Amino acid sequence: MEQISVGDLKGISAQIRKRVIEMVYSAKSGHPGGSLSIADVLTVLYFREMNIDPLKPDDPDRDRLVLSKGHASPGLYATLAIRGFFPEEYLSGFRKISSKLEGHVHRGVPGVEASTGSLGQGIGIAVGMALAGKLDRKTYHVYAIIGDGELQEGSVWESFMAGHKYSLDNMTVILDRNRVQLDGFTNDIMPQNNIREMVSSFGWEVIEIDGHNYEEIIGAVENAKNFKGKPTFILANTVKGKGVSYMENNPKYHGSPPANDDEYERALRELSGDVP
Amino acid sequence: MTSESLRDTYGEELKKLGSIHKEIVVLDADLSSSTKTASFGKEFPDRFFNMGISEQSMVSAAAGLALSGKKVFASTFAVFLMRTYEQLRQSICYNNVSANFVVTHAGITVGEDGATHQIVEDVGIMAGLPNMKVTVPVDSIETRSVIDYLVEKGSGPNYVRLSREKFPVLNEPDYQFRPGKSVTFLDGSDITIIGMGVMVSFALKAAEVLRGRGISARVINMSSIKPIDRGAVLKAARDTGKIVTVEEHSIYNGLGSRVAEIVSEEYPVKVARLGMNDSFGKSGKSWELFEYFHMGVDDMVKTAETCFREEPKYENIS
Repeated sequence: MEQISVGDLKGISAQIRKRVIEMVYSAKSGHPGGSLSIADVLTVLYFREMNIDPLKPDDPDRDRLVLSKGHASPGLYATLAIRGFFPEEYLSGFRKISSKLEGHVHRGVPGVEASTGSLGQGIGIAVGMALAGKLDRKTYHVYAIIGDGELQEGSVWESFMAGHKYSLDNMTVILDRNRVQLDGFTNDIMPQNNIREMVSSFGWEVIEIDGHNYEEIIGAVENAKNFKGKPTFILANTVKGKGVSYMENNPKYHGSPPANDDEYERALRELSGDVP
Repeated sequence: MTSESLRDTYGEELKKLGSIHKEIVVLDADLSSSTKTASFGKEFPDRFFNMGISEQSMVSAAAGLALSGKKVFASTFAVFLMRTYEQLRQSICYNNVSANFVVTHAGITVGEDGATHQIVEDVGIMAGLPNMKVTVPVDSIETRSVIDYLVEKGSGPNYVRLSREKFPVLNEPDYQFRPGKSVTFLDGSDITIIGMGVMVSFALKAAEVLRGRGISARVINMSSIKPIDRGAVLKAARDTGKIVTVEEHSIYNGLGSRVAEIVSEEYPVKVARLGMNDSFGKSGKSWELFEYFHMGVDDMVKTAETCFREEPKYENIS
């Protein structure tokens, strides 16, 4: 697709974030914090970097993204809807009985590559997709977005080993380093202070960026796509709840919607840039 | 009866089919020389992935490969696949991908390695997963046919349970496996023994002894545990009135439980279950262990005879 400007990307991510707030408020449940933290990364991937066509979601040559942190479903669903995989009206069905928009990412939704929700598995699924891509001599790229709490799952490190063994340079893992998990701050729950070194020692190329800086996200993803010989790990430093002041860095909003109409409206105003 | 290795047969069949079906990929977790997937790996190194002792990563990668159109076979020892229950549940079964988990060294016939390696709970665990189909081949011929079936017509997730030991060959060479279809090896009118795995060969011996005592026993090989041959179970209930189930597995949540569920829903008759009774295995020679755990031919004869001679505790309500 045509190269979209950073200004336009920012407008799209604001839309995604607003949809996230609407979805979780309407459902009275869901995970806004980790959806808001990856909104900029998702925007860059789906609106600029990934080779995808909403009209051909099964194209064998398409790039793939597995959202390993499947609780950030509002973020992915909103991105896919705005990108044109399905009508935006469907988003109001999120977590409701009449809808396919399951609480955690579900493959029945157009554009979703794999159902996820139990942490530590999506990255392994992405490894399998990358192995298949190599075997079939396809040029598609596979992305997995994982959380920093998710790094506590041993299976993630098993997949790092596999990615290294098979030199999966057609695969990129993006870490949403927002430093918050359900029970509190990752550094308190289970500290992992040397993520760069840890992943690098597993044989991955590591790039550290500000996960809300578009130039940095674009640069890292383009480097990752072109890097040969080993898989790339993008350590994206982010803010949990990014864009909604009272949600930022607040573990409460890992898995809770705005508490009332005041919070809800405040979130939407802030995301529209209407609040000083 | 000659005995043949089920896992050797699996390895040979996989290698044979691998040259015809280029979409077959095989994964293992450092046990390929025991599960016998190594021969496929040697022949088709590009399509063989030894994931190391990392079963969780193996199962999720199997999902990714299957989602990308590959016919996936993944193998390890039965007991070690169980640590990936949640990967099987979510990456495999919830995504409903076509991936086949052919595991070896199930049950007490692991023998000397002992209780840690002798899983007797796996059939129940796997059959409880939505979309998962469960098959326990009785011999080498059925093993070959199951693998052929999975490659030609298989879909969705499959669990196939193989052994370490060689098992007696019971099927005719032209036998063809079909999911949900049992085989009656011996007809009888007084009682039915429904068996799974190597216990079917014991049941045939037990039936011989029973015949000498004037009891006519039907012997059914129920290799397809899910879907199960409901019709054959109900026919046995109607025709013979009493059923004994025999399995190299826990009597809880395995073959016996499933047979009891079926008859209690539609045609209640006495079901006596023979198998592991809420216990771990132990080290010993495989064939000694069947006596030790009261699952041998003599125990089977005793159970069947008692069951046959016992007055019905209740009249059938149908």
